[in-house]
Amino acid sequence: MKKIILRKMKKKQFGTIAAVKIGGDLGRRIREMGLVPGTEVAITGRAPLYDPISLRVMGFNLTLRNSEADYIEVEVND
Amino acid sequence: MTVAIDVALAGNPNSGKTTLFNRLTGSRQHVGNYPGVTVEKKEGRCRHQDRELALTDLPGTYSLTAYTEEEIVAREFLINTRPKVINITDASNLERNLYLTLQLLEIGIPVIIALNMIDVAKQRGIQIDACKLSLRLGIPVVPIIARSGKGSVELLGEVVKELEQPDISPLSISYGEDIDNALNEMGTIISETELLIEKYPVRWIALKFLENDTQIIERSRMDDNDVADKLMTIAEKVEKHLLVTLDSHPEAMIADYRYGYIKSLLQGGVITRTYDKNRLFITDKIDAVLTNRFLGPVIMLAILFGLYKFTFTYSELPVGWFESFFGWLSDLAATTLPDGYVKSLVVSGIIDGVGGVLGFVPIIAFMFFGIAVLEDSGYLARVAYMMDRVLRIFGLHGSSVMSYIVSGGIAGGCAVPGVMAARTLRSKNERLATILTAPFMNCGAKIPVLALLIAAFFQDGQSQMMFILTLVAWLGAVLVAKFFRMTVIKGESTPFVMELPPYRLPTFQGLMIHTWERTWQYIKKAGTVILAISVLIWAMMTFPELPLDQKQMFENQRQDIAASYPQAIQIEVASVDAEILSHQAVQLKTELLDIDNMQSEKALKNSVAGRIGTALEGVSLYAGFDWRTNIALVGGFAAKEVIVATLGTAYSLGEVEAEDIGSLSDTLAKAPGWNKIAALAVILFVMFYAPCFVTVVCISRETGSWKWGLFSMAFNTAFAFMLAVSVYQVGMLYYGVP
Repeated sequence: MKKIILRKMKKKQFGTIAAVKIGGDLGRRIREMGLVPGTEVAITGRAPLYDPISLRVMGFNLTLRNSEADYIEVEVND
Repeated sequence: MTVAIDVALAGNPNSGKTTLFNRLTGSRQHVGNYPGVTVEKKEGRCRHQDRELALTDLPGTYSLTAYTEEEIVAREFLINTRPKVINITDASNLERNLYLTLQLLEIGIPVIIALNMIDVAKQRGIQIDACKLSLRLGIPVVPIIARSGKGSVELLGEVVKELEQPDISPLSISYGEDIDNALNEMGTIISETELLIEKYPVRWIALKFLENDTQIIERSRMDDNDVADKLMTIAEKVEKHLLVTLDSHPEAMIADYRYGYIKSLLQGGVITRTYDKNRLFITDKIDAVLTNRFLGPVIMLAILFGLYKFTFTYSELPVGWFESFFGWLSDLAATTLPDGYVKSLVVSGIIDGVGGVLGFVPIIAFMFFGIAVLEDSGYLARVAYMMDRVLRIFGLHGSSVMSYIVSGGIAGGCAVPGVMAARTLRSKNERLATILTAPFMNCGAKIPVLALLIAAFFQDGQSQMMFILTLVAWLGAVLVAKFFRMTVIKGESTPFVMELPPYRLPTFQGLMIHTWERTWQYIKKAGTVILAISVLIWAMMTFPELPLDQKQMFENQRQDIAASYPQAIQIEVASVDAEILSHQAVQLKTELLDIDNMQSEKALKNSVAGRIGTALEGVSLYAGFDWRTNIALVGGFAAKEVIVATLGTAYSLGEVEAEDIGSLSDTLAKAPGWNKIAALAVILFVMFYAPCFVTVVCISRETGSWKWGLFSMAFNTAFAFMLAVSVYQVGMLYYGVP
């Protein structure tokens, strides 16, 4: 197990959110979408210009920008 | 007759809330606005067991904090009205949907969960034990399928049953020792001082202090500043403590614990998943094609082009009907009313004005229908996803692209539906920047003006020129948007975090209601103002009339000319039913028409608009515009179509039809003061100056304030003038006076 930031995850790789290091409006939006520690995520795709990314969380799809994904730490298997 | 029961529909976006609302209320609904904000308020009525229910469709939100207008509006409504709440949740996505449910329960209002799309959930291998969930939450849970109406009777039954229930107490969730202790301490203070407790539950107020909820903190300060200070001190203490011990914020902890609570709620057989949690759904398979790195953008362009074609091609027929109807009405008025101001007012002011407003109706209806299809199917979110990287550079949002295209990003659109299309943007700053820059696109009414000047001065490569001007419009729009985002609409880019909803087939009822609602709003809101302005502009171009002696002079000229022809020819010209005129009669008619046109030119110059045009010459000559161009541009504020017609009048050619610009372009090509550089200056000015007043009215409506409508008039005109002057002056410097 190692910790990486969400942006670095590969497509179709699974991970579990370890920490969300941002407050305020962005932090709230990230959390209300279910991106809280303990949640399992997988990257489902990247937009044509490699940004934003799309994720699978709790059975639905979500998109966020790379810069927003940088605040999210994920635990992955190597 | 008993009083209607207040029922509110709350739920996440894409949970099927609007579908259920439409299903329950049918056509018994109407749309308004919450006071002071631009958030839509949908209300409707339905009956169940002889009870009348007054339903309110709250804006779709994921949470009930104070960050967005939608959330504040929803929260205020719940607290002030205290309705029975139907909380619609997506069964295939229950965990996230319950996040809002918990917040509803924390306010202490009666909630009934409508577990929607159980059929979709089943397909995805998700089984939910509604009874178990109901027992654990202590509230009714009704499985439904909003699309087919299944379960809606049972749902309404639960709402009516809820009337006999005693008041419920707010849900109290544990947020961990640190926060719970603080909540208790704050709770004691709030109970003792009775701060805001007639409206909000005690623990909820305390929670809002920890969540740093600006609205509630401000309210508390107004109620009792000292108590608010005390509560703030406790909140800050917990915040510091959490930061030191756990490297976390109270807000984050609260969200984590809420999700923890949901997870424990759903354990032990409430949810059973028979398939692999992460298998590919149909949506993922579609996305593999539609958002593919290479295919995605190509398909997107094709779909947006299709939307554009659909809006402007298929609306042609009904637009034609409206036009012929108003043409007929105009003819009728012209023949039945006696000559004079009344006739001129009715024909040119009122019928043209109302016709102008209604002429847009089919276009707007078709556009909203097309957008509703894209929105309800889930594709719109993908457009935003693919375009965001590019448009973000300019402080815009991925969804801005649609407004631009409808406005004329593909030459020939219309800014009125374009500005209205920006409704799909959820982020405030990006939306405003889009609304203010969309009118720069080359709409269908600017095209004849551009075509006229291109035909007169850029005969070689006319189509290339048009293409270049389209690119210039895009460039201008995004650069000005960037400028706005750095000055008047400053502020961080709104978080992009957005759901990519599963692809769904839109329901026909939903599409029709959506289209009708928005179109009707346009007619109702824009109609009255536009009529008034239309009459005003008519007056400006009509009054004051030419002095009597000048009128007499033209009349004398006409009589002199007529007298120079034989009597028979005069009678031939005067008779209405003669179909084929003799050569001489045609000649006489042409000469008389020339006089008429000269008189119109004089009258126009003499009117208020003409005087403004002449007065502006002193300034406008820096950009190479003479009084004739000025009047045309002033008239263009009414509608850009007017520019060509007014130029025609100003050059004594009579009213020139947009389809028939040949003679005018010949005249302009030879007219003194006109050359390529002057033409280019006018082209740029027409592209970028004040939007037509229908658009200005729409900008004001959509932004909720006249301030932005007036701003766009002033800013765009100043910006366009600056461009025109630079082009003209630099051009003249390099190429000299040709």
